[in-house]
Amino acid sequence: MGVVKAVGEAPEAEHTKVLGNNIMTTSLDLVVNWSRSRSLWPLTFGLACCAIEMMSTGAARFDLDRMGVLFRASPRQSDVVIIAGTVTYKMLPVIQVLYEQMPEPKYVVAMGACASSGGIFDTYSVVQGIDQFLPVDVYIPGCPPRPEGLLYGLIKLQEKIMRERNTFGAAIGAGNVIPG
Amino acid sequence: MSQAVVAKLKSVFAASVLEVKEHRGEMTVTVKKEDIVAICQFLKDEAGYNFLCDLCGVDYLGQQPRFMVVYNLYNITTKERLRVKVPVAEEDAAVDTVSTVWTTANWPERECWDLMGISFNNHPDLRRILMPADWVGYPLRKDYPLQGPDRETYQGRLS
Amino acid sequence: MAKKETMTINMGPQHPSTHGVLQLVLELDGEIVVDAVPHIGFLHRGVEKLAENRSYHRALPLTDRLDYLAPMSNNLGYVLAVEKLLGITELIPERAKVVRVMMAEITRIKSHLVWLATHALDIGAMTVFLYCFREREQIMDMYENISGARMTSNYFRVGGLSLDLPEGFEADVLSFINDMPGHLETYEGLLTGNKIWQKRTIGVAKIGGEDAIDIGLTGPVLRASGVDWDLRRDNPYSGYEDYDFKVITRDGCDTFDRYKNRLDEMRESCKIIHQALDKLQPGPIMADVPSVCLPAKKDVANSIEGLIHHFKIITEGFKPEPGEIYQGIEAPKGELGFYLISDGSANPFRMKIRPPSFVNLQALPQMVRGKMLADVVAAIGTLDIVLGEIDR
Repeated sequence: MGVVKAVGEAPEAEHTKVLGNNIMTTSLDLVVNWSRSRSLWPLTFGLACCAIEMMSTGAARFDLDRMGVLFRASPRQSDVVIIAGTVTYKMLPVIQVLYEQMPEPKYVVAMGACASSGGIFDTYSVVQGIDQFLPVDVYIPGCPPRPEGLLYGLIKLQEKIMRERNTFGAAIGAGNVIPG
Repeated sequence: MSQAVVAKLKSVFAASVLEVKEHRGEMTVTVKKEDIVAICQFLKDEAGYNFLCDLCGVDYLGQQPRFMVVYNLYNITTKERLRVKVPVAEEDAAVDTVSTVWTTANWPERECWDLMGISFNNHPDLRRILMPADWVGYPLRKDYPLQGPDRETYQGRLS
Repeated sequence: MAKKETMTINMGPQHPSTHGVLQLVLELDGEIVVDAVPHIGFLHRGVEKLAENRSYHRALPLTDRLDYLAPMSNNLGYVLAVEKLLGITELIPERAKVVRVMMAEITRIKSHLVWLATHALDIGAMTVFLYCFREREQIMDMYENISGARMTSNYFRVGGLSLDLPEGFEADVLSFINDMPGHLETYEGLLTGNKIWQKRTIGVAKIGGEDAIDIGLTGPVLRASGVDWDLRRDNPYSGYEDYDFKVITRDGCDTFDRYKNRLDEMRESCKIIHQALDKLQPGPIMADVPSVCLPAKKDVANSIEGLIHHFKIITEGFKPEPGEIYQGIEAPKGELGFYLISDGSANPFRMKIRPPSFVNLQALPQMVRGKMLADVVAAIGTLDIVLGEIDR
């Protein structure tokens, strides 16, 4: 990935050095992004009350399966971790181990007030927002957020994934993903 | 009916009973901490209080003795409640365990140790239960800050 | 000769069937469980210490998040405890008491539906999960109608209710409880006669009556071990003495009997709700104690006295007499107790919550020692634990 040297000068992308100036990966990026965002597999990670609303979103009325979402129990098989509930200092090492076990590309959704910022629990044992330890992509406010809120948050994550660039290039080893 | 039980208790353990109070229809008996196991055994066998609803510690910072361990008892046959309190001084914050009388006291005593720092002699397994094992300090004490020792206290109004 | 060793397996905090963040360290000899040690505290949020820093009114939303599957039950327990501390239990108006009973029983059905859904899901029956959550959506609609939130309702207030019932609410409740027995028949048809369900629940996770009282079990778990104790009948609160309902006890002491018990409890709840709907009369919803109870919203919006009154109660709070009480209610999971100490100030001096799941979970090692690994999952499900109230 090149560094922009001055305003107006385009960065020299890695892949042009490897593939030459004749190849454009834009449309292939679209295909990769579309397939990644339409089949997000979250890790089953419900901590507290927000987990119940996540279960309700997965149930019949606000179906998550129609968005391609399939809950997987193992971190090795999941793309996104939805931190649903309060994170405490006792639980933090567990979350970090699970996050490290997830393969790239991985995303983090902070669902609810407690995961975004500690919520109403401003106490000695609660982490004031999981973004102090993990890179969060989407924050969903609410206590708990309505299932429609969780669906909207996941749609926002899908839009964010669609905006990424050079995903195909990164997949074939030419350069890094440029985040959206 | 609990008044009859309290009268019997006072006659058998006259030296240990420190205070008897009634508030909103509930009887509270304060006893010395040395005799707590004998008193609990008496209440379970003779008076029929076979159910320990709750065991907790209270921190009266600034008073002597500083702590109080509270036992909320219930008699399933007569549906009566009784409360037994035991004052515990800060220097010698230890009470005998009642898990020999009611097995249910095991985890509540661990929680009292974890959050208040009151230890229980002869407890089968006294270790932290709610806080991480390497936590320093007893969070529910009145002199422990709400936000924890390494964060700033909340400057706004909470109540 | 081969050395026989036991294997230590961690059923860690993140696991599909631990109903929350519970860590079980299992020592296994093949498939037989030698010992099971539960580790809790992964959701300890310091609710009791938070409540000491807030006034009695402001500590109410904290109780919603304890047993988050039965929020109105926790609200009810706390509100009854504060009213007992103030000594105004006799002054609660009739309509408030009837609505409280009605919502408490609807909450019981809600909690038992989640229990059935997750218990069946763990044992392998996935259809029941989707059916139960469909019924739950109806209840969540009712919650939203009455209080504004699907789950964390915060509907009751010290002295009565926050808002009166909206229009059409009683018709919704009536249609729900008329359909509910039919749904319960569906679940029974899927599970009760099912050979797989019977093999996985009959004789599993047994605990006798005497052991159950000693270890502190309460609720449907205790009643399935033959002990006839229900706080709604024995120490009635909020008008429960005027309702006609059966207390279900069975003698089997195993998972299957607990399952049948909870299903029968749901049927009894429908009966109680029916009686509550018949008893409902128009009237005031808040006790007439101006120093404690919030004024009606129309007074707050339309008159300066109402506004000042509301302002004073919310900012300064009310100051009960110094003293201490213990109030226990029959929550869906067992006896939920609130031990409140007041020192005469606006904040509770000490609020101790006696969670039923905390004490029930102590019985888990006893129930699974010497049994198979698959029974551990059934045992966790049948105890019906929720980590929000265990860890507070």
